[in-house]
Amino acid sequence: MLLFLYALFVAAATAVLIFAGGMVTSTGSGLSVPDWPNTYGWFMWTFPLEKMVGGIFYEHTHRLIASTVGFLIVVLAVWMWRAEPRAWVRRLGYIALGAVVTQGILGGLTVLWYLPDAISIAHASLAEIVFCLTATIALVQSPGWMRAYGDGPVDDRMLRRIAATTTVFVYLQILIGATMRHTGAGLAIPDFPFAFGHVLPPQWDPKIAIHFAHRVGALIVACLILATTAHVFYHHRWRHELVWPSVILLCLLPLQITLGALTVLSGKQEIINSLHVVTGASVLVTSLMLTLRTFRVRFGIPFSGAPPGPPRSGPRASAPERVPLYDSRRGVRA
Amino acid sequence: MIIGVSRAAGIALGLALLAACGGGPDKLQPSATPAAAPAAPIDPATVADISGHITLQGTPPRAEKIKTASDPNCTAPVYTESFVTGDNGALQNVFVYVKDGLGNRTFPVPTTPVVLSQKNCTYVPHVLGVMAGQSIELRNDDPTLHNIHALPEANREFNMGQPIQGMRQQHIFSATEVMVPFRCDVHRWMNAFVGVLDHPFYAVTTRDGTFELKGLPPGTYTIEAVHEKLGRQTQTVTVGPKETKSDVSFTFKV
Repeated sequence: MLLFLYALFVAAATAVLIFAGGMVTSTGSGLSVPDWPNTYGWFMWTFPLEKMVGGIFYEHTHRLIASTVGFLIVVLAVWMWRAEPRAWVRRLGYIALGAVVTQGILGGLTVLWYLPDAISIAHASLAEIVFCLTATIALVQSPGWMRAYGDGPVDDRMLRRIAATTTVFVYLQILIGATMRHTGAGLAIPDFPFAFGHVLPPQWDPKIAIHFAHRVGALIVACLILATTAHVFYHHRWRHELVWPSVILLCLLPLQITLGALTVLSGKQEIINSLHVVTGASVLVTSLMLTLRTFRVRFGIPFSGAPPGPPRSGPRASAPERVPLYDSRRGVRA
Repeated sequence: MIIGVSRAAGIALGLALLAACGGGPDKLQPSATPAAAPAAPIDPATVADISGHITLQGTPPRAEKIKTASDPNCTAPVYTESFVTGDNGALQNVFVYVKDGLGNRTFPVPTTPVVLSQKNCTYVPHVLGVMAGQSIELRNDDPTLHNIHALPEANREFNMGQPIQGMRQQHIFSATEVMVPFRCDVHRWMNAFVGVLDHPFYAVTTRDGTFELKGLPPGTYTIEAVHEKLGRQTQTVTVGPKETKSDVSFTFKV
């Protein structure tokens, strides 16, 4: 339980980090600290607070939060290595650790190489992966996951497919969004909901194309989220583990579209813009949580519904057998 | 002690990165070799002068006071500098230079640096010229941190930090480029423009919109005027020996 709470805290800290990163880009502060890993020659943690002025405030705060999250993930990986009996969950911890280290290096490189689009987009995209990994670790440590959600996990192939498709499309949409942000295409189409007063842009260039692709992507993602949640409400309305993420998605979707519209209409106001980034990340993670819960049946039921104890024979103890318990279509317990 | 070692290591790494990432001068190209002898010597007895003024037609955007609250050290009022006008529409901060007509002449590069200062959280001057191969002294005259971020296209981009008041660093551009934008990412309102040329015939208009290009050999020249917001205009001007042509005027419209 303690590990679950800690993993939840790490995931929440990652969301804060994404918001801080969004503020760096939104305020154009990415190069306000020209050196890395130091800050104007100071060791990061000894940089004087009174010197955190202008753009340095955003960039240096982002670095401090990033270092903190990196440390938290190191602790998480070590903790799981010591206490987690499931090998694949331990591997998730190692992957999260590798991802956050890579993320830090990408962040440094993008500063030292003056924000090249490819590196900056990779930095933004990997941030979402780190968030997904930490959230996934928290999910698979959760009591609900451990208990296989009471009556046993839902086994609905259609839901698995549509939920996974939604998650993939949300991530692709975020990649397009990151490309739009880092290529300066955020205001390439200055009006909303139309494009230069038309349904389709009357003129095209690469920036307009990227921006328009993001809007089309939003429409596709909205349809997919509606389809997924409709399926949940129609077929599994009593399953709280599926209904709650669906409700959250249905709340986040209009919020995210509104924030996207306001980002354009406000001329990329920094806080609105950054909230759009972190809300997008939240949509992704919520969709992923829903998707993983639809796949819960594939992971078996460890310890017969009881919370996991310490590993029986050290950190390398093997995971229990996969034991699917419940088939929603047949309504039969195995 | 640990912090001291860390700081020393950090400073050493910072300096190494600075050297590796643009703090030093660009490599000089052959055309910008200092003190090269002119291919066709200029006879001082026959040189001509070109002067004129730049006018802005229309009503320019009013200079707006910039919010500098993000840095409490920036106490002096700061105004937008894109359109600085004097009487009768005189336009300041226009870079005027000989774009073409000097042939293959080469000119000695001055050994004294031009100064680009950061003072009262603005770049001073806002527009300046320098010869390729000549040093620009970048100076922090403010009690706060600045970064100097140049975004050239023909030269190498650089971004250096000056966290302490009084710091001075020098940079040399190797290739001609009009204009090289400078900005401070700490203070987003701070920007400047540098014209890099392989000859000394350039000027920046003053408050009364005037400029002077002195000591030109007789000939026909393309004169270009560049404004950061209003773009470029050119004129062809012919000057004879010892001639002073003082009616070269450009009019920008808003």
